[in-house]
Amino acid sequence: MQPYLLEIKDLYLAREGHVLLNNVNLALKPGEIHVLLGLNGSGKSTLAYTIMGCSGYTPDRGQILFEGRDITGLSLSERARLGITLAWQEPARFEGIPVGKYISLGMKESSRQRVLEALEAVALPPAQYAYRAVDKTLSGGERKRIELAAVYAMRPRLAILDEPDSGIDTLSLTDIERLIRRMADEGSTVLLITHRDELAEIGDSASLMCLGSIAYVGNAEETRRFYREHCQRHPMPPEPMTLGLESKENQP
Amino acid sequence: MTHAIRFTPPSGEIAPAWAGELKAMMDAYQQAGGDPKVLELPQVATLVISANQVLVAHEIPGVHFRAESLPHGVRARIWVEPHTRLAQPVHLCFGLLPAEGIQEIVADYEIGDYAQVRFLAHCSFPNAVKVEHRMQARIQVGRQASLTYAEEHFHGPYGGTVVVPQAEVRVEDGGHFITTFALTRGRVGDLRLDYHVRVGAGGVAELVTKAYGKSEDTIHVREVVVLDGPGARGLTRTRIAVQDRAQSRVDTVTEGNAPGARGHMDCTEIVRGQAQASNNPLVIVRHDQAQVTHEAAIGTVNRKELETLMARGLSEDEAVDLIIRGLMR
Repeated sequence: MQPYLLEIKDLYLAREGHVLLNNVNLALKPGEIHVLLGLNGSGKSTLAYTIMGCSGYTPDRGQILFEGRDITGLSLSERARLGITLAWQEPARFEGIPVGKYISLGMKESSRQRVLEALEAVALPPAQYAYRAVDKTLSGGERKRIELAAVYAMRPRLAILDEPDSGIDTLSLTDIERLIRRMADEGSTVLLITHRDELAEIGDSASLMCLGSIAYVGNAEETRRFYREHCQRHPMPPEPMTLGLESKENQP
Repeated sequence: MTHAIRFTPPSGEIAPAWAGELKAMMDAYQQAGGDPKVLELPQVATLVISANQVLVAHEIPGVHFRAESLPHGVRARIWVEPHTRLAQPVHLCFGLLPAEGIQEIVADYEIGDYAQVRFLAHCSFPNAVKVEHRMQARIQVGRQASLTYAEEHFHGPYGGTVVVPQAEVRVEDGGHFITTFALTRGRVGDLRLDYHVRVGAGGVAELVTKAYGKSEDTIHVREVVVLDGPGARGLTRTRIAVQDRAQSRVDTVTEGNAPGARGHMDCTEIVRGQAQASNNPLVIVRHDQAQVTHEAAIGTVNRKELETLMARGLSEDEAVDLIIRGLMR
């Protein structure tokens, strides 16, 4: 059995002279909640999109291994079929697609009960939401909760949650934390991306991202302390790091 | 020939010569998304026209039909008495069953003051190889009245239908006119929709048009909303998808001519393959307290929408199909 569900080895991605991911190494054990902390612009979402295989996020070098298998060359859909999924920080909206249908999309076997359970898990009354469209009529917070419900319903092997707490009021943060714990209890490995260190408490392990690199790895409390002491006192420069000679064009 | 039919149930009292025609129309009605069983309910007002024959004109209290045959269609007057409020929508079923022919419906709708009604119209041309369907409607929505008119078409697989829906609509003060035109199943053929709506004080007009063009289909939508009265509001929402070599053109005009008039035009056209689409919004404001806005998105499917669905395990084609079907709902 592989000790890690996900292994990222020396991942490097540059675009137009800017290094976005600089030799990132990260390993997630099966069933754990790993918190990836970092300030805005540190590269957390870029890493999420690269792991997911989004368009424009093909690494220049490095490897992404899933259960020991190199998935760096797989398409987004192929990765999703292996059980990897992503809850976007700002999820897309869809005219005419009902919430219930949207939540059931990633489920291996469509189950109305699971859809209702997922809506209840994010504190959205199914009777009010199941038949509404996933469109502009939903508030940002409602849309985020539906995104989390869809990921939960899918029972993914790896759930990447990109800033699940942003745009959601403090009261419902408890719901979100409970949901993340439920995902892990049901066997999902969770990569929780956030810039709010309070949320790191839920993690089994954590790492800190800074300027496109992993700057610290440890348990959740240690990483949180390091983040508070170092990163929040020294905010990053407004522009991404530029390493002239290491631009994409000059990479092997 | 003039029909002045007070009560003609869909079964039982129809002339035997037309019973087969009615059965075929009901099958076509079902293909267009309708439920034939609803038309048998005595509390549902129903008008069924096949080619130039009125097969059923079932009135209920407050809702009346008069119709006369024309050489290639029917002239109909449909009126709803003031203050009428219907729990069930009025069902209209128009169609032409042969592969070739012309059907022209000249319709006069009058919705009395304070009435509240919904119309469900299904237009079926299931075997069309060379069919022309023209609808010339004059619609009057009375003061504080509300008319919701949903029209759904089914044209079969051959693409041989020319459809020309034209409407002149007048919404009186405080009236509401909400219309949805959908041609999303089967082939479009050649669609030339042309609606002109004039809205009085505090009135509302909302026009939703959805069409899915394939192969060599052509779609031309022209919608004009004139906000004449103070506080009048207008919205056009156009959703078109074209693929293969289909072409679409959307011309929308909104005029804000009075204080507090608010108009918005919202157009989304998805283009695939060698298809082409254009949108030409025209905003005219003739009062310094009126406002008209527009938004349009023309082109390929949004990448983020695609990838969101693909992250659930859908292939790119499945994701595109789901997005288009959602847009067409």
